[in-house]
Amino acid sequence: MTINLKATEAKVRENRLSSITAYKGSVKDMVQKAGGCGLKGGERCFTQTTSCSLGCAQGQLVMIQDAAVVGHSAIGCGSDTIQSNINKRRGHFSREWELTDINYINTNMTEEATVFGGKAKLREGVREAYRRFNPKAIFVTTSCVSGIIGEDVSGILSELEQEIPVPLVPVHCEGFRSRLWASGFDAAFHAILSYIVKPAEKKRPELVNIINFAGIGRAQVTRLLNRIGLVPQFIVQFTTLDQLSRLSEAAATLSFCGTLGSYLATGLEEHFGVPYIKSLQPHGIAGTDSWLRELGRVLGKEDEVEALIAEEKAAIAQELAELQTKLNGKRVVIGMGPSFAQNYTRLLDELGMDVVWTASWHFDQRHDYGEVPAAAQDLSEWDKDIPVSVSELQIFEIINLLRELKPDVYVCRHPGMAIWAAKLGIPAIFVSDEYQSFGYQGIISFGSRIADALANPTFVRYLASKIKLPYTNWWLEQDAFKYLDEAAPSSKVRSKEVI
Amino acid sequence: MAKVIEQVRYACALGALHSVLAIDRAVPILHAGPGCGQRLSTALSLTNGYQGTGYAGGHSMPCTNSTETEVVFGGEKKLKELITQSLRVMDADLYVVLTGCTSDIVGDDVLEVARSFQKKGHPVVCAQTGGFSGNNFHGHELILDAIIDQYLKPTDERVPGLVNVFSVVPFYDAFWSGNLQAIQKLLTALGLKPNVIFGPAGGVTALNHVPKAQFNLLLSPWVGLNNVKSLEDKFGTPYLHYPILPIGPTETSKFLRTVGEFAGLASEQVETAIKELEKPYDYYIERSADYLLQARAGLPSRFITISDSFYGLGISKFLVNDLGFLPGTQFVMDNIPQRHQSAVKAEFANLSDTIAAPVVFTNDSGVVKETLRETKFKGRPLILGSGWDQVLAKELNGYQLSVTFPVSNRFILNSSYVGYDGALRLAEDVFSVLVNSSY
Repeated sequence: MTINLKATEAKVRENRLSSITAYKGSVKDMVQKAGGCGLKGGERCFTQTTSCSLGCAQGQLVMIQDAAVVGHSAIGCGSDTIQSNINKRRGHFSREWELTDINYINTNMTEEATVFGGKAKLREGVREAYRRFNPKAIFVTTSCVSGIIGEDVSGILSELEQEIPVPLVPVHCEGFRSRLWASGFDAAFHAILSYIVKPAEKKRPELVNIINFAGIGRAQVTRLLNRIGLVPQFIVQFTTLDQLSRLSEAAATLSFCGTLGSYLATGLEEHFGVPYIKSLQPHGIAGTDSWLRELGRVLGKEDEVEALIAEEKAAIAQELAELQTKLNGKRVVIGMGPSFAQNYTRLLDELGMDVVWTASWHFDQRHDYGEVPAAAQDLSEWDKDIPVSVSELQIFEIINLLRELKPDVYVCRHPGMAIWAAKLGIPAIFVSDEYQSFGYQGIISFGSRIADALANPTFVRYLASKIKLPYTNWWLEQDAFKYLDEAAPSSKVRSKEVI
Repeated sequence: MAKVIEQVRYACALGALHSVLAIDRAVPILHAGPGCGQRLSTALSLTNGYQGTGYAGGHSMPCTNSTETEVVFGGEKKLKELITQSLRVMDADLYVVLTGCTSDIVGDDVLEVARSFQKKGHPVVCAQTGGFSGNNFHGHELILDAIIDQYLKPTDERVPGLVNVFSVVPFYDAFWSGNLQAIQKLLTALGLKPNVIFGPAGGVTALNHVPKAQFNLLLSPWVGLNNVKSLEDKFGTPYLHYPILPIGPTETSKFLRTVGEFAGLASEQVETAIKELEKPYDYYIERSADYLLQARAGLPSRFITISDSFYGLGISKFLVNDLGFLPGTQFVMDNIPQRHQSAVKAEFANLSDTIAAPVVFTNDSGVVKETLRETKFKGRPLILGSGWDQVLAKELNGYQLSVTFPVSNRFILNSSYVGYDGALRLAEDVFSVLVNSSY
């Protein structure tokens, strides 16, 4: 048992998975050291703003249809709910549901709350959330402010249990506790696993949990799984609490993103007997092969899976060959969260492209079931050794890296990344939809998207010709990783330096 | 009574980091948690008209990304190192250090850290903008005050006609850059030399001219009043406070006459300018009359604003005085300090000689929803608010247009609602909602 549902909160990734945010080297070296527990994350004495747990936790929870979220924080921490509401609108549109808003209340902690505590505000927030939204559960997310002043959120919620007849669930996701925003996924899933999911009364052998983000492209998954007699349910966004309470009925759990899925899928396996399919993620051909085959093996559907794979591959063979010719040898740099970065390295290689660097926004040395992430393990076994780096975004490094490598294209995830490659005149492919390259059809549509971007780079070239980067010439001439592992000054030598 | 908020219509004090980003060649340095910069950028820039990160916004802002260590042991040392390296890495003429909740609660002496750089002649200033201390209007004032106190130098030079313009809050107002350009154009037409700090034409260069101005113009219901008072204290510069964002001929002409008088301009000069500026407006508004008088979907029965006081007042004055619309309840969402409320209320009570509008000051959409659900509309209301109001408008069978934070369902580049041209733009946008409505 690695997941402790009796604990009030999930341990942050640094402590649970030995995750790191600073490294430069190669994938073979990184995976080898991770396997031997010899990988130490580095430090930087110059850093740029990253992201935090709260965003990831809140972003998942506000998407549960009949729940409400109370953010116990200053108002600014509630401001990304605007993006969540946009995501909700898109999700509803794609499902042909009526437009509704997220159910979110912010306690608006002010100076007074930092001095006297925010108990009254939190109580009011929970009561108002119940009165306004009539939810079936209320999640309360913590913040730096509530954490630093030592607000007893769990205690305050326990006191309210008599009065409010739905589960009141604390979600511990203070931003300062982790350098990895992905710790916020774990915080949200810990809350769901420990308060919402119930043991199965009866199993549904056809049902498969699919851990994804907004699930816009889910029709393709449904099509493939239906062919082998399975029915997917897409979690956690856009589900109901009733659905979540019965996740335990499923025959297996699959994940689109190892980073996102690790905690929830492992928790479902360890505590509710739902096997987690520990395969590559289904981006590109080998990834989808592995995802389906491992599912087939676990559920005893090997023959059906093989027939499906053969048929699907035959259908795309010609188009794939054309794309491979078109993209052959094109140099690509990847910048994504770890699971996507590892899987897209393989995918872009399948398209015939030359992956010259893979930057990931952190690295989990293992996933919750105790092994090095399968996609990373797979890359480390190639003949070719891919140069990699790890940073929590740190655009100043990425800029110098891109200037040095001059790739034909930059493939990235995380909002706010693509623009910086574009300002260098490098076509940037932003992967916002997790289904962008799903399955056998996906590699064709994604490859075509890259070919299209390469076919007309006028926009980024124009930008690059006009735009001044916010960096000094001094910095632009430095090695991209100059600040990596430069410990903060212990003596006064450096701070006296004349600039 | 504790107050909670449903649907955020402003951000926290640190959100005003966008006021730094709006100054060309200025870069913010954040002493804050790892998620603050990203979240506030997403909210105020990306999901508010899709404004983009600009020169050094978004994830390029230097930040200490405070962790447990800084909470327990303080973060002064880390900040000092970050500023040192930021001066080497980031190319700027002004560095504005901003704190988040973490640093402010822990009690880091950030002002002292900033002073140590100032003493060495580095253009570094610092404002304590912990999110719990107030909203982004408060933050905007704190940042401007920090720049005034710690960066601007007194001067004996005065440039006649030079007027510093302080008005809408950059980025928070999705139309800020277009609006400031429109104000600049209006003042130029009077023969003045407007000095606009925020936006592509201003920057640190414009900041350096601030002490030389003949006067400061504050075109805002209340935000920025502290700053023009600070400038008066420090440089002896008089200020004109005009509380209504001028939209349409009635208010804009009134505004120009007030400015002309304050600046000591000849009234003929002002009237000539107004006459020229009104001409195109008159031509186009005449063209709109056919549609207005025959609108098939029906004109709105009443208009509702759910917005900050800039737009609430500006739009109400225009729709009442220039288009002949009638107001319903006006919801003022910017959490106006108590001492400024009565002045704003008085303006709504006096939209014209005969027309007043009821006002509700709140920052909680729950209050807005409950009030509007209890309102009986004869005909369809027009709801001028934000992206939050789409679902509500549908429920009320109303027309909806997003004009204020968050403008999450529109893409804004250089549009402006200020002045004569701005009024035409607003008319275009409102009437487009009407003609696009099923009937």
